[in-house]
Amino acid sequence: MIQAIDGILARIGRSTMAMFESIGRLVIFASLTVSHIVRPPFYYHAFLQQLINIGFYSLPVVGLTALFTGGALALQIYSGGARFSAEAIVPSIVAIGITRELGPVLGGLMVAGRVSTSIAAELGTMRVTEQIDALTTLSTNPMKYLVTPRVLAATIMLPVLVFIGDTIGIMGGYLVGTNRLDFNSATYLKNTWDILEFGDVSSGLIKAAVFGFIIALIGCYSGYHSGRGAQGVGAATKTAVVTASVLIFAANYILTDLLF
Amino acid sequence: MIKITDLHKAFGSNVVLNGVDLHIKKASSMVIIGGSGTGKSVLLKCILGLIAPDSGTIIVNGVDTKSGDREAFLDQFGMLFQGGALFDSLPVWQNVAFRLLQGKHRLSKADAHDIAIEKLRRVGLKSNIAELFPAELSGGMQKRVGLARAIAAEPQIIFFDEPTTGLDPIMSGVINELVREIVEEMGATAMTITHDMSSVRAIADNVAMIHNGVVQWTGPIGKMDDSGDPYLDQFINARAEGPIEAVR
Ligand SMILES: Nc1ncnc2c1ncn2[C@@H]1O[C@H](COP(=O)(O)OP(=O)(O)OP(=O)(O)O)[C@@H](O)[C@H]1O
Ligand SMILES: [Mg+2]
Repeated sequence: MIQAIDGILARIGRSTMAMFESIGRLVIFASLTVSHIVRPPFYYHAFLQQLINIGFYSLPVVGLTALFTGGALALQIYSGGARFSAEAIVPSIVAIGITRELGPVLGGLMVAGRVSTSIAAELGTMRVTEQIDALTTLSTNPMKYLVTPRVLAATIMLPVLVFIGDTIGIMGGYLVGTNRLDFNSATYLKNTWDILEFGDVSSGLIKAAVFGFIIALIGCYSGYHSGRGAQGVGAATKTAVVTASVLIFAANYILTDLLF
Repeated sequence: MIKITDLHKAFGSNVVLNGVDLHIKKASSMVIIGGSGTGKSVLLKCILGLIAPDSGTIIVNGVDTKSGDREAFLDQFGMLFQGGALFDSLPVWQNVAFRLLQGKHRLSKADAHDIAIEKLRRVGLKSNIAELFPAELSGGMQKRVGLARAIAAEPQIIFFDEPTTGLDPIMSGVINELVREIVEEMGATAMTITHDMSSVRAIADNVAMIHNGVVQWTGPIGKMDDSGDPYLDQFINARAEGPIEAVR
């Protein structure tokens, strides 16, 4: 009995230690990534390519997510609002819900699924096929060449994506509101426009930037430290998407509290 | 040129290098032989700093690899990886010219392209593959592109991890000659890992055999056949019976 408890305690102790160790390594990795932004050389070409990869190619995913979420939100708020004859609140709640919370969080999660996995798989494959070692022997710092452009591109592109997503999401609400719920088009738009404050949108975009940083950083970190072989890359990809998603939720709560 | 003293490296409980001592003279060709999994590739990676050794010293050009400017240190090296390690997102010529397109002394794209084509020709590849991607090449072609990349910037020290594995006998001959040329004409220092005994004889000035984590035998190529070392004899004569167990 005592032995069993001892074993469990030891195991908890070990995994706690391991957790702090990996947090420490992640923090070091993150600071290195950031420090390379200001230390030359900067790989513009790689950076531009990532802007396109991460930004442009994520547009359909983020756009569709926002469109359907906006639409569903309008229906839900309507059915909730009808209980206190407050159906008119739909445009305002859709606008605030999308810009402050759902746009950045759902957009972030969708991009995490698309981008952090693909970064982890790409860098993981480069690790196991020794391409990362080869970069080093060719006098190219792999952090600078691979990691910094991806993290910077995601941090810049996520707010852009989320801003577009916000617009599309509000439009989704508008389409459902005017076609399905008999809202007057001009009133819907006016209500949306009147309620929205700069802070609603900007707080969402700040969140998006942080989520973008998390997505690319975790993708790079998992891939960079991938285990050996196809199994290692598979595990790195899985870890990337799970860790990035959980960190997005955690960061979302903290940021919401800070920007409240 | 390269002086390795008492180098140790273990992965967990797997002791790979257990006190390696080796000296490679400037502008000479050292060939490393030894059974599969004896740590030859690990030794090269330790010298390059890709794997951190547990203990021991490595002096290159009079400078301890643990101290000094890492970038300047790596600038003098070229490395052919055992698996090629080509960048699969870049076309062949950009792989070969990679180093020429980076850094302070970067060349124009046109000049780098010309050099890449010339290096590809030296490893027996035609210019029509320059625009292809590595995945579109055969294994032996990938190996030779890796070789072209290693020599593209004309480094002073070149490591070849199994340059002729997977090549046909004629191509092996071409590559053996290339390694000799690089040492004799360019005055580079070469360290080659190979399992191909005809390559050993064609390339080597000196030979070192790694076994059980140490240098079992080292000496000039001329003394390899009558070394009197039973391990070396068994290895170079490819005998199943001898002090080296077949199952390791
Ligand atoms: N990154 C690593 N992590 C763990 N173990 C490793 C690593 N790299 C090499 N090893 C182990 O070190 C030992 C030596 O490997 P190495 O690649 O140096 O062999 P080798 O002599 O080059 O063999 P071969 O001739 O087959 O290429 C092997 O047992 C291998 O499993
Ligand atoms: Mg090897």
